[in-house]
Amino acid sequence: MSATAATLVDWDDVLASYDPALGLEVHVELNTNTKMFCGCPAVFGGEPNTQTCPTCLGLPGAMPAVNRKAVESAIRIGLALNCEIAEWCRFARKNYFYPDMPKNFQTSQYDEPIAFEGYLDVDVDGETFRVEIERAHMEEDTGKSLHVGGATGRIHGADYSLVDYNRAGIPLIEIVTKPIRGAGEKAPAIARAYVSQLRDLIVALGVSEARMDQGNLRADVNLSLAPKGSDVLGTRTETKNVNSFRSVERAVRYEMQRHAAVLDGGGSILQETRHWHEDTGVTTSGREKSDADDYRYFPEPDLVPVAPSREWVDELRATLPENPLLKRARLQGDWGFTDLEMRDVIASGTVGLIEETVAAGASPQAARKWWLSELGRRANDAGVEITALGVSPAQVAAVQALVDAGTVNDKLARQVFDGLIAGEGTPEEIVAARGLAVVSDDGALGAAVDAAIAANPDVADKIREGKVAAAGALIGAVMKEMRGQADAGRVRELVLEKLT
Amino acid sequence: MSAPSSTTTGTDWTRRTAAELADALAAGEVTSVELTQAHLDRIAAVDGAVHAFLHVDAEGALAQAAASDERRAHGQLASPLDGVPIAVKDVLATQGLPTTCGSKILEGWVPPYDATVVVRLRAAGLPILGKTNMDEFAMGSSTEHSAYGPTHNPWDLDRIPGGSGGGSAAAVAAFEAPLAIGTDTGGSIRQPGAVTGTVGVKPTYGGVSRFGLVALANSLDQAGPVTRTVLDSALLHEIIGGHDPLDSTSVDQPLPALVDAARQGAAGDLTGLRVGVVTELGGDGYQPGVLARFQESLDLLVKAGAEIVEVSCPSFVHAMAAYYLILPAEASSNLAKFDAMRYGLRVLPEHIDNPSAEDVMRATRDAGFGDEVKRRIILGTYALSSGYYDAYYGQAQKVRTLISRDFEAAFEKADVLVSPTAPTTAFKLGEKLDDPIAMYLNDLATIPANLAGVPGISVPSGLAEEDGLPAGFQILAPALADDRLYRVGAALEAALAAQWGGPLLDQAPALEGASA
Repeated sequence: MSATAATLVDWDDVLASYDPALGLEVHVELNTNTKMFCGCPAVFGGEPNTQTCPTCLGLPGAMPAVNRKAVESAIRIGLALNCEIAEWCRFARKNYFYPDMPKNFQTSQYDEPIAFEGYLDVDVDGETFRVEIERAHMEEDTGKSLHVGGATGRIHGADYSLVDYNRAGIPLIEIVTKPIRGAGEKAPAIARAYVSQLRDLIVALGVSEARMDQGNLRADVNLSLAPKGSDVLGTRTETKNVNSFRSVERAVRYEMQRHAAVLDGGGSILQETRHWHEDTGVTTSGREKSDADDYRYFPEPDLVPVAPSREWVDELRATLPENPLLKRARLQGDWGFTDLEMRDVIASGTVGLIEETVAAGASPQAARKWWLSELGRRANDAGVEITALGVSPAQVAAVQALVDAGTVNDKLARQVFDGLIAGEGTPEEIVAARGLAVVSDDGALGAAVDAAIAANPDVADKIREGKVAAAGALIGAVMKEMRGQADAGRVRELVLEKLT
Repeated sequence: MSAPSSTTTGTDWTRRTAAELADALAAGEVTSVELTQAHLDRIAAVDGAVHAFLHVDAEGALAQAAASDERRAHGQLASPLDGVPIAVKDVLATQGLPTTCGSKILEGWVPPYDATVVVRLRAAGLPILGKTNMDEFAMGSSTEHSAYGPTHNPWDLDRIPGGSGGGSAAAVAAFEAPLAIGTDTGGSIRQPGAVTGTVGVKPTYGGVSRFGLVALANSLDQAGPVTRTVLDSALLHEIIGGHDPLDSTSVDQPLPALVDAARQGAAGDLTGLRVGVVTELGGDGYQPGVLARFQESLDLLVKAGAEIVEVSCPSFVHAMAAYYLILPAEASSNLAKFDAMRYGLRVLPEHIDNPSAEDVMRATRDAGFGDEVKRRIILGTYALSSGYYDAYYGQAQKVRTLISRDFEAAFEKADVLVSPTAPTTAFKLGEKLDDPIAMYLNDLATIPANLAGVPGISVPSGLAEEDGLPAGFQILAPALADDRLYRVGAALEAALAAQWGGPLLDQAPALEGASA
């Protein structure tokens, strides 16, 4: 399938003629130990079809039983989104055929979601915009098809298809917004900010890995245009599985420009699902989604209703983390970071790590420096999550304490991190084992300074003549000789003592 | 209980009840291997004519019997019925043993797991003789809708054994198995029990785990015992019943003392018991001989000290209509998984070069599902479709609520409710095959219990004068009060046996030498 750009209308012209209505559906894959309705492990990856049982394979006779932990996560998400929590709700069957769906119905929630009527305040260019949440409901994921033999990996042209059911039955929460209207030119930015802040919230709740690149968090973008000033909603398209914040923003903008082109040309928008192409930045037509879709929902007779007690809901409410938006503002104030510094910290996902490092005694600036420039770079180089480096906030604080005490300098501290990542022990042990401590002993330093003066008579003469700035070259030579372990301040003092 | 008649003495182990077999095993008169072999021999002799079984697992059953004998030798019995063989309806998943639900679409499918009921049977030491015939996916009242051919009623091989559990009932009635498991969605244990002269119990909904029971209609299905006596049913019920965390609809409460209730009832004293006769379950459409046997049974209950009260359940007249909307709706969804993708039959369509998944699915379903199944899929799909949901499925659920209220009101006036189990005795094979509505009417009296989730039992009440075929007496109790079924059922059974001079089945024709 080719993915070339359709004719688009200039952005300013779109805004002049149309009002967008935006709707976002975000699927969050929960990080429960087991699947939604059976005891199979709910972990990413694994050899195909090794994490399955009669229930998640939908074998005849097998029955679901609800995972209480998944219900708990759903309630916490609902509460964090300021939703009402249903006192009594049910699962329903959504009947449709799909080869990677074992039962040919999805166990989901229909008219009785666990959470409803909430909102999330998002920050768009310093302004707060309230996105209203219609519902958050529980459902199960499907399996995954793998098409073999074709050039594109898609079903068209494939010789055969294989299905992996490891993912089938992993718990999902689907969070659906109400139509966001009146956003105008800000629609793309609001879409991005919403998904981004929703992710922060999910991470803060600890209910999902929330990695968009691994599909833990998947956004569907619904968009329609109406003539400016009209109350009526236009026909919408649903762009599926957009998998980065930037793509969410681009997809909204693209669809607005594409819709406008179709409408300006006298055409009408087809209600359909569309695919987003990251590389070319366009959407292409997927399945036509007519009104004839009939999922024949009815209450799942194999599951008893979910009726969370008010006591339980209150208990869960008490465990909610601070709202990420408010928390961020508070931390920035506490830490004295500039807007730019704070934005970098947020983008790197190290807010929590810095917070813990500060709590362990380091200054906010030191914590930011180590996590962002040093450890962030290493994680990037290794292509792993920063937490996978195996360095804890307490260790970072301990390294900084050694710097503050003059035991090591920044350069040596980097070697201490090498040791920590290699698992060589505590920072103190690594300093001792690797012999990293700064030398400030006058005897050893004096000998090195004398040697440097002897080796650089021209430089020494300049200093004797009063050109103190030339001392840098001698200090550098001493540091080199001492493999960076000299106390640079003391070396400077000794050089000047001897030559002036 | 009455003394065994002459036919239950001697060395023919197949004529004994399960309780008697348990006693014989305990007394060392027989081994489990011997009596399992005796039943396998009986199956070999008569099943060609009866066709109660779809799969016989001689090897597996004998191995389980040997293991039981081994346990007994070490004094470690797994249950009171350890070593007594049993037959299982082919709708329950059995690990390593084919499970077809009487359908071509599952021909040859061998489940990799056991249904919870089967797990419990194995744990209790009951050798599994094989899987019994049934209407395809339990849709039917005659076992004529099995894709593998009908089962014949041991009382008259030209007649139906009831359905959908005709295989289980016929196996027990033909002395091929002392015990069987059936499933009852609208009467599929009780109605076959009535027309074959056996005892059939539908426990309280959720009283026996449904895990591994291939669903017909999940909100109605219930597995239960099929036996020759009330006591045997109680013994079996105590083994298969009780909470199962794998079935979230299963009741999380201990079972009442069922065996005790059966033994108490057999003593024959029902003083103070209020028996409610349901006005709506009798009269028009009921065969006179069936009604006569019902009346006699009532008289016996009165003799035992019971008080008869008339109760009316006005919503019962709508039960059939509600049932035939809810059942197909759930079934249409349950059967969607049979799509030729993963297991069972796969038919490649002719005249299509590059068939899509949908093409293969269409061809497979066309070849793999029988007419009755297709009929109900269409009905259910229609009843659930948007625009019709409220008019059909939604209304049916409201009727269901009304029926539950009728039961609640009736159980305030009576401890148990009674009626004939089925309106007629066994009809002839083929007689109602082309008239689905006439076929559906056979479950008139049994359906309300499934809609409300209350337990019921059918006890043989004698032979109808006009055709000499068995009729059944249905007893219904409030949810979770299954023990009342056993108390009243055992009392009636004892009184009737005293009249007949032995169990009703002693009057059944011998099948030796019969041919299909």
